[in-house]
Amino acid sequence: MNSKVMDIKKIEVWDGNMAASQAFRQADVDVVAAYPITPSTPVVENYATFEANGYIDGEFVMVESEHAAMSACVGAAAAGGRVATATSSQGFALMVEVLYQAAGMRLPIVLAQVNRALAAPLNVNGDHSDMYLGRDSGWINVSTFSPQEVYDLTLCAFKIGEHLDVRLPVNINQDGFMSSHTAQNVRTLDDKTACDFIGPYQAVNAMLDFSKPVTHGVQTEEDWHFEHKAKQHDAMMRSRKVIDEVFAEFKALTGREYKAVESYGMEDAEVAIVAFGTTYETAKIVVDNLKKEGIKAGIISPRIFRPFPLEDIAAQLQHVKAIACMDRSAPGGSVGALYNEIAGALFNSPARPVLSNIIYGLGGRDMTVSTLTEIYKDLVKEAASGKLNGTIQRFVGVRGPELTYYNA
Amino acid sequence: MAFNYDNYLRLEKMPTLWCWGCGDGVILKAFIRAINKMGVDQNDVCVVSGIGCSGRFSSYVDFNTIHTTHGRTVAYATGVKLARPDKLVVCVAGDGDALAIGGNHTIHGCRRNIDITMIIINNFIYGLTNSQTSPTTPQGMWTVSQKAGNIDPTFDTCELAIASGASFVARETMLDPKKLEKVLIKAMEHKGFSMMEVLSNCHINLGRKNKMASAMENLEWIDKITISKKKYDALSEEEQLNLFPTGVLKEDTEAREYCDMYKDIQDAHQGKRGKITQDDFKKKI
Repeated sequence: MNSKVMDIKKIEVWDGNMAASQAFRQADVDVVAAYPITPSTPVVENYATFEANGYIDGEFVMVESEHAAMSACVGAAAAGGRVATATSSQGFALMVEVLYQAAGMRLPIVLAQVNRALAAPLNVNGDHSDMYLGRDSGWINVSTFSPQEVYDLTLCAFKIGEHLDVRLPVNINQDGFMSSHTAQNVRTLDDKTACDFIGPYQAVNAMLDFSKPVTHGVQTEEDWHFEHKAKQHDAMMRSRKVIDEVFAEFKALTGREYKAVESYGMEDAEVAIVAFGTTYETAKIVVDNLKKEGIKAGIISPRIFRPFPLEDIAAQLQHVKAIACMDRSAPGGSVGALYNEIAGALFNSPARPVLSNIIYGLGGRDMTVSTLTEIYKDLVKEAASGKLNGTIQRFVGVRGPELTYYNA
Repeated sequence: MAFNYDNYLRLEKMPTLWCWGCGDGVILKAFIRAINKMGVDQNDVCVVSGIGCSGRFSSYVDFNTIHTTHGRTVAYATGVKLARPDKLVVCVAGDGDALAIGGNHTIHGCRRNIDITMIIINNFIYGLTNSQTSPTTPQGMWTVSQKAGNIDPTFDTCELAIASGASFVARETMLDPKKLEKVLIKAMEHKGFSMMEVLSNCHINLGRKNKMASAMENLEWIDKITISKKKYDALSEEEQLNLFPTGVLKEDTEAREYCDMYKDIQDAHQGKRGKITQDDFKKKI
C-alpha cells in the first residue's frame, strides 16, 4: 500500500478514466510508463496528479511514444515490478508489437484501454476496432460497461494476471467517451481494503534477482517455440478458473458480482443480441421495455473476450431462436469477429438459432434504444419464420444504400 | 490590396479549431503567402501533417494533403517525394510529433537529405492532449505529466537537424510573419532536407500554468528567448545558454540530395553509368 492514504468517500462521482486511475493508485503500482492519447489521456494525467501530491510511492514516467511506453512496462515488469499503463486506438496499434512480447514473456502488466476507432479516417470516438486488434496478442481481455466496472475489474485485473497459475498481462477495455468521460456514482473500497484484496506483488524470474540471473524473451526456433506458445495458451485457458475465483472473492468483499458471461433477461429469452461494452447497458433498457410488450428478449455479453467463455455462451443460448451478433468494428472482408465466435460456440451444440451479424456504431456512431428495439423486432420475425429476413450480415445506422452481405 | 487567402484554403473547414490567439494561424498564413510568392501551382504541392494541433494544416490548406499518424510525417513524405520527385513536399509537425514519437523519422529524413521541407511548430508542449511534457518543454516548467516540475532535458531542434545532416536549417518565430515568410521561401526553394523550426505560443496549455496565461505574455517570453544568429554569435557561451538563435543557421548547397543520388542507382541499373563506389563521395567514412 502507498504510504500516503487518500481519503475517498464510499461513493465517488468518477468517470471511467478516473476509475482506472484510482484502481492503479490503490494497486500500489511500481511503474507506470505512458504516452498521451485521446480519450485515455486522463487515466495517466490523474495518476500524475496523485504522484505530484505524494499519493504514489512508485514511479511515473512519460516516454516518447506508446511503443516506448509498453517497452518500458515490459522492462519494469521483467525487472520484478507491478506495472500498468493506459492507451487507446493508434497508441494501442503502436503497442501491438510489444503486447506480444509482454504476453510471451508472461509478464502480468495491466493496461487500461479506452476503446477508440482506428484511423484512417482519423477519429477520436469509440468503437471496438482497437480491442479486436489485440485479440490474438495473448492478453486476457476484459470488457466493461461503466466506470464502476472499470474500477472493480481493474482491481481484479492485477489479482488475476499476477496469480502464479496465470502470469499473463490483462487488458481492461472501456468504451471511449461513453464510459471514459461519463461521470457516474462509483462505490469505492478504501485504500487498505483494495490493496489487501489484490495482495502483495510476487516477482517471478525477476531480472533484479542477481543471485539467479535470467534471460527474458530468448530466441527459440522450431526446437522450442511451439512448446512455449502451447504453455502460454494453456496458462490463458487455465486463467479462467482463477478469473472465476477472483470474481467470487470480489463478490464476497463488495457484493458486486461479475461473471465470465453477463446476461440480462435470458431466463426465457427467445430472441437475443450479443454485444460488447456500453451497448449492453442500453440493451437492458430495451429488454425491459420489450418484456412488457410480451417479447421475450435478452442480451448477453462476454465479460471476458479472452479467454473466450465458449461453453458458457453456448449454454446460455440453447433455447434462443434468433440471435444478432453485434460487432462494433469494421469486419475487413468477413463476418464480424463476435459472429464467428458465437457461431463457433454453437456449432457443436444442439441449438440451431437463426444467427445474424450486425455491424454498428463505428467511429462513435450512437446505438440508441430505438435502433436496438428495431433490431429485436427483426429478430422476432426471424424467430417466427425460422430463417433470416435477409442476408447474414448487415450494417445498421450508416448513411447511403443498404449494405448487406452473405446469403444464408 | 490585402492578400486573399481564399483560393488556398478549404473554406468549408473554417473556422479552425485552434484556440483564440494561437500562433498556428499566423504560420499557416505565412506558409500560404510563401507558396504564392514562389509561384508554385497548388496542385504541385503536397502537405503532409501528423497528429496534434499542427496536424490540422492538412485539413485547412487546399493542396494535395495527407493527414497521417502521430510522428510519421517524414516517413510518409519520403514515399511521396520518391514517387514524385518533381513535386514540392512539405511536412508540418509539432514538437511532440516530430521530436518524440517521430524523432527517429525526423533524424533519418535529415540524414538522407531528401528534398522535403519540414516545418516544426514548436510550442514547447503537447497542446492537443492538454499539457504533457514534450521534448522541448523547458526544465522546471509545470506540465500535467510532471506537476512537481519537469525534469526532462530538452532537444534543440535545429542543433539536432544540423547534427543529423539536414542541409538547410533555420529558426524563426511567429512574432515576425514577414520574416518567417521570407525564410520559408528559402527553405522550400532549397534542394535537400530543409528544417524550419517556428517557435510559437500555447498560452492555453503551456502558458496558463507557467505565468504566461495570455497569448501576449507567452509571445513576450518567446521574444525574450530568441535573438538573431548574428547577435547570438557575438555572445559568450554563458550568455548564449538561454537563447535560441534565429535566422538561417545552416545552408549547404553542395550536399547531394537523395532523389538525385537515387537517379545514380537507376542509371547504374540501366547501364548508363558504372557501379556506385566510394569514389563518388567526398566523405568516405
